[in-house]
Formats: sequence, C-alpha cells, structure tokens
Amino acid sequence: MGLYRSHVLICGGTGCVSSGSLEVLEALKKGLAEKGMDKEILVVSTGCHGMCEMGPIVVVYPEGTFYCRVTAADVPELIEEHLYKGRVVERLIYKGEGKASDVPHYTEIPFYKKQHRIALRNCGYINPDSIDEYIARDGYAALVKALTEMTPEAVIEEVKTSGLRGRGGGGFPTGLKWSFCARSAGDKKYVICNADEGDPGAFMDRSLLEGDPHAVVEGMLLGAYAMGANEGYIYCRAEYPLAIKRLKRTIEQATEYGLLGEHILGTDFSFELHIKEGAGAFVCGEETALMASIEGRRGMPRPRPPFPANKGLWGKPSNINNVETWANVPSIIRNGGEWYAAMGTEKSKGTKVFALTGKVNHTGLVEVPMGTTIREIVFEIGGGILNGKKFKAVQIGGPSGGCLTKDHLDIPISYESLSQVGAIMGSGGLVVMDEDNCMVDVAKFFLEFTQAESCGKCPPCREGTKKMLDILTRICAGKGKPEDLEALEYLGTMIKETSLCGLGQTAPNPVLTTLRYFRDEYEAHINEKRCPAGACTELTRFIIDADKCIGCTKCARVCPADAITGAVKQPHVIDQDKCVKCGACAEACPVKAIDRR
Amino acid sequence: MPKIKTLDDLKKIKESTMDLTGARSQGKTRIIIGMGTCGIAAGARAVMEAVMAELSRRGLKDVSVETTGCIGMCQDEPLLDVIHGGESRITYGKVGPDDVPRIIAEHVVNGRVVEDKVIGRTD
Amino acid sequence: MTTTQEEVLSKVREIVSPWKDKKGGLIPILQQAQHEFGYLPPEVVQAISDEMLIPLAEIYGVATFYAQFHLKPRGRHVVRVCRGTACHVRGSLKILEKLKETLHVTDNGTTEDLRFTLEPVACLGACGLAPVMTIDEQTFGRVRPEMLGDILGKFE
Repeated sequence: MGLYRSHVLICGGTGCVSSGSLEVLEALKKGLAEKGMDKEILVVSTGCHGMCEMGPIVVVYPEGTFYCRVTAADVPELIEEHLYKGRVVERLIYKGEGKASDVPHYTEIPFYKKQHRIALRNCGYINPDSIDEYIARDGYAALVKALTEMTPEAVIEEVKTSGLRGRGGGGFPTGLKWSFCARSAGDKKYVICNADEGDPGAFMDRSLLEGDPHAVVEGMLLGAYAMGANEGYIYCRAEYPLAIKRLKRTIEQATEYGLLGEHILGTDFSFELHIKEGAGAFVCGEETALMASIEGRRGMPRPRPPFPANKGLWGKPSNINNVETWANVPSIIRNGGEWYAAMGTEKSKGTKVFALTGKVNHTGLVEVPMGTTIREIVFEIGGGILNGKKFKAVQIGGPSGGCLTKDHLDIPISYESLSQVGAIMGSGGLVVMDEDNCMVDVAKFFLEFTQAESCGKCPPCREGTKKMLDILTRICAGKGKPEDLEALEYLGTMIKETSLCGLGQTAPNPVLTTLRYFRDEYEAHINEKRCPAGACTELTRFIIDADKCIGCTKCARVCPADAITGAVKQPHVIDQDKCVKCGACAEACPVKAIDRR
Repeated sequence: MPKIKTLDDLKKIKESTMDLTGARSQGKTRIIIGMGTCGIAAGARAVMEAVMAELSRRGLKDVSVETTGCIGMCQDEPLLDVIHGGESRITYGKVGPDDVPRIIAEHVVNGRVVEDKVIGRTD
Repeated sequence: MTTTQEEVLSKVREIVSPWKDKKGGLIPILQQAQHEFGYLPPEVVQAISDEMLIPLAEIYGVATFYAQFHLKPRGRHVVRVCRGTACHVRGSLKILEKLKETLHVTDNGTTEDLRFTLEPVACLGACGLAPVMTIDEQTFGRVRPEMLGDILGKFE
C-alpha cells in the first residue's frame, strides 16, 4: 500500500448524496487521475459528518480544511489550487459567523468545537465500507479484549460502571438490562438492534449505520458474549436503503475476518447476525412489537411481563437495544466504564447524540456530554435562529416528547431534568421553533402522527388520541370551546396512565406540555378565534394597511378568488368572506402593505 | 483472507492500515512544501515526490506532508519547511530532490536541523 | 404487463422457497413479492397462502398493518413527501398541497395514467435538507412549490 500525502474525504451520507456528493466524488477521482495525482492523494467516501445542510461536504487532510456545498464544477479549482498548489479555496470554505480570512480547522468550527464525539467518533472520518479503516481506529480491539481477557460477567460489570442508559428513549440502565437477560435460563438467546428509527426529526441512527456500521456490530458482539446469545437481528427501517446496503457489506467483511460466525477468535463464542427490513410501522420501535414483526406478524405490542429478557423473540430470552446504545459499547469496553462515567451528570452519564433541526441556522447531528444546556446546543452549536427570528420553543424527544420554552434553555439536559418538565429524552430529536410556529398546530401535528401510527390494540390509545385530535382540529379551525382545554387535559392524563405501551403512554406529551407552557395560544384560538403565530390557515386574516398601499393593483390581479377590490392608486381592500387565505397577495405586494394576522 | 484469532492478528492489520487513516490527523512532524507557481517552476513537485518516496522507504508514520502557496521568498524556491514536534518552524531553501533524504534522516528522524540549507526560522 | 396464472405461481414459488422451513418469513416474502409485482394483487396473496399454508386472513392482516404494502396498482414513479417535524416546520404541507393540485390525486393516490403515486411519509431522515421529497430513489432537498413542475418533468 502506497503512502498518500493527503486524504480527501467526501461525505457519502444520505443528506450529502442528495445534494450531489456522488458527482463530486467522481469528478475528484477523474480530475486527480488526469493530473497524475491519484497515487499521492486518496479520495475516501465517508459516512455522515452531521452538518447535512451544508452538504456536499469535503474535508482535506492533513490540514483538516472543511469545504461545504461543493459541486462537481468546483472540483477542478479545488484540485488545481488546494491539492496541487496548497492554496485554500476561500470561497468554498465554511464561513459561519467568522471572517473569511481565517480558515479554521474542521474541529475548530463552532458546530464541531463544542461537540464530544464517542458514538459518532468515526462518522465522517473513516470509509464505512472498509473494515480495515475501522480496525485502524481501534475497531474490534474491545471484542478481542473481552474475549481474551474478560468473563461475560466482567463485560456486564463494565457496562454497569459506565452508567450507560438506553439511548432509544426509555433510558433504562443498559448493564442492568443485560444482567437480566444473562441470568435468564436457556441455551438459545437473541440480541436485537432496534434500528427502526421512526421519530420524525431524528436521524442519528441512520447516520451511525451509514457512517460507522462496524461499531454497531461490534457492540452487538460484545452484548451477545456478555449475555450468552449466539444469534442476533438488526431490525432496520426499509426507508434507509443505504444503511441496509452498508450493513450487509459490514457483515460480509466481519465474517471474512472471522469476527462473525463460528468460533470467533478461536474461542467457543459463535455469533450469527441477520438483517430484517422493517415494513413501515412506527409502533415497531416498541420492543415487543418489534419482535412480533421479526416473527412475521402484525407489529403489535403485548403487555409486559413477561419481559423480553425472559420471554422474547420466539419465546426465548432476548435483549433489545437501539443503534446508538450499541455503538457506545465498544468504546466503553476499550476505555473502561469509569472513563465513560466521568462524562455527563450524576445520573445520566456519557454523551448523547441529538438531531438538531427546524428553524435553526446549522441543522445536523450533534453529540454532546449529558448536562449540556439547550441554549448551548441551539445557540452556540446551532448558531441561533434562522433569519434572525425569535426563539419560541424547542421540541425534544419526537412525538413522545414535549415542547419547552425559553425558560428551559438553561436546563442541563439529562433523563431526569427533561422528565421533570414534561418532556423526554426520546431518541434525541431536537426541533427548534420560532415565532412563526403555532404551538397548537405543532401539538396537532404530532398527534396526527401518533394517531395514525396507533396500532389499535388498546382502546385508550386508539380512541383517546382520536378524540384529542378531533378537539385540536376544531380549535385550529376556530371552532374551539372553552371547555376543550379541560377535556384535553383529562384525556391526555388518562391515555398516559392506561395505555398498553410506550406509544400511547407518551402520545399526549406534546399536547400536555404545550397546554402547560403555551396555554395563552390555545386561549387565543378559542376565545379570540385568532392564531397569534399566523400559522393556522382558517384563523388567518390578510389585511391591507391603507397607509402603505400604493394602489398598484398587483394584489388584485394575483388573487385567485377575486377578493380584492380598489381603484388604481387608491388603497385596496380584501373581502374576508371571499378570501381563501392563499397568501398570494402578500407575496405580490411590492411595498409589504399586506399583513398576515 | 486470514481469519483474526489473536490480538496480534488484529494489531498487524492495524499497523498495516495506519496509513489509511494516518494522514487524517496532523502528524507529530509536519513537512510543508511551497507549491506556488514559483515553487512549481523551480521543481517543487520533484521535491515533494522525493519526500513521499523517502517517507515510504523508511516506513515513517506520524509525519504529515502539506503544501502551501507562495510565501514571497521566490528566489529561494523550492522551499521546504519542517516543524519537528513542538519546535520552531525551520525553512530550508533551494531544496533539490537530492537534499531530501538528508533532511529527513537528520531533522525528521533525529531532530537535528540541517544548518547549511536553513534560510529561516519562525516560532 | 400481463402475467399469466402459471407465471405468477412459478414466481411466487421462487420467492417463498428460501423460507419454507424457516421462521419469520412472511414479511420478507411480501416485500419480495411486492418488489416483483409492484403491488400485492389478490392472486399473488392467494398463491403465497397456498404455498406457505398461512391463512389468507393472516396475510391480509399483516399486509394491511404495515404502511409499506399496497393492495392496489401503483404509479411508475412514487413521489414521497416528507411530513416529519423538521419538514413540517419548514413548509412541507405546502409542497404536498401543490402536488395534489398538480397531479389531481389525494394522499396515497395514483394518477389515472399510472405515472405517479403520491405518498406522504413520516420521516425520510434527511431533516437537514427540509423540506424533502423523493421520487423513486432520488432525493430532492430544500424544495419550494415553484420547483415542483421541473422536478416532476424529469420523470416520464
């Protein structure tokens, strides 16, 4: 293998691919070959860098220069200037808030600087299709350590010491969960990876599977060894074709190296791993439903106990963890549980990956130590609110989570602190809302989702969420009644307490938290028939400011409903009965005389 | 494909693949070659190729090779800078491919500056 | 595409054969069958039932539970509009409405000429590019309603 003086890493994650990174990759390879530089510069396709919005992302090492929104047309200049002459192409540099003159190292960019990457440590740094690159980054060292130096009990102890808790939402201590399954009698046990990432707005599992699939597999191997399982399943959403492709390749490579299969590392430990494609049902993220789906049945949850640790897949003891949880395990075994436990808060250890999206300047994946505040994530890492608007709320934890306000910005994030204020960690979706987002509409949006995904087995979830949604729809249409709020609270509390599984038990959270923190918005919808954010179409009014209107007639000409009248050079008026609230007039107005209220 | 049986097997793969990701961090020692138009005209590409060949021959890891634009001392091109450990940046001038093995052996490996080629020192 | 009864049967036999004596095959079989036939027509479901000795009711129970399976023919191109949170707050409803208007279909509907099927989906996992839509395997990010004509025009 030759020595390369420079490596050019180009993101091959789903986000960057859809922004055209494959074309950039081809252009780079072709351009370097034409210049005869393909022997000295290596082009590597990596997993997600987490900063999807700025994609396609290209990082040039050893300098660590971070280029964003690179197109195939930029490639010749990149090769000629940077790779040949060593001159940074300034116009493609990530600028952020800083000056263009100083070119920061990749890791010095504010988006990355505050991050602490453990689960994501290899994402965007290695070629996920190469087991050798994973090994070069200490991959499979934890497996060798466990199999040659540690008893299964010692592995579980190490995970217990680390304080790692389930990253899929529940936050149950991972080591403890493993010990239940390990103690369960039976010669056949299963370990399962929950990769049915269903929370809208969360994509850390996809990025991990695409960017560092070997870490997930190694984590599962360690768990299987610790619990005495010899077979495993990765249950992955069918909507993630690239992740599935990478996983298949990963399993082939690990099998070739003898890290999967019979007598791993010459020991008595054998492990076989399968991939199951999900078929599109949110409730399958619940562990008993997921197992029903692997068995080929309707993915409906069942009451627990018996817990999967005793009676799981095909009635055998089983352990389910999600992608991010598994991906943390190799680092914990390699560096020791104490190392991991040194990060985070008293009860929530280590780091957590958040998918930062919505009305924020830098969207993407963010891994920070537990205890980081929401303010640090949204304003320092995320660079604040888009278009200089006002921060209004942040929705944490997906459809099961809650909406928090500016008063919660300084809460150090942990499982406990979030549940205290009515939200949950969930899988780590963090959706930022600004003043234009209506909180009633947001609550309705989440409930539409959970309502549609309710499997229908238990009445509180099936009927209750339907009733809540009816009420919310009525409120958004301006037909709400004062007693609706009490009914929502009553229903919400009842559904939380009586539903069979986590989906129903958490479905009312978005409604209950918005009722708690944004009650005035609900009241405005009901009492004043007004949507303060101007988001609920049926409550929106478009009004022409007579002082500003210059009578140009543009609005009247674009109005599809002929609702606007007025003489040339005279202020115009909108007939509210005819108006269909399409907003075309506001867009057409050259002097911004039309207000949306 | 040989199966991995022991820690040594794994280490062997790791050693042989360090090159794969080694260039993705700045090495302990950095060699920086001036690749401005003047540098290229004076033969900087040949110097760089000599550097790569020498590093490869010696199997040196943890050395990063970077390029940079013109720094304004065109009369002394090709320019080659070495930053050894945390020490100051030494600039060598009028470097030819023949000088490269000596600079690498003396400065990069043994930490002794090759005085007769030095034209500058910056902290 | 016309397929005779025998062709359906031989294709189904091919699809179910790896699963005959294994557990948990029903979902992968349905996925494979849908991939082959484009949707799950009654004769295919009947053939799977006969071959696997699984009651029709159970197969339909599974097929109707998961969003992935379709019992009606689908368009040549599937347009998916992400209705995830990140896309919602960045205006994906407008995209969906505009598509419905242009294609004259409702949610999950197929155009009369079988060119497009329109599907709102929960989340495509590309939240950084919101709002996002896909047509077949291609992803389009930061979509604005006025871009839709050009995007649709690329697919015949």
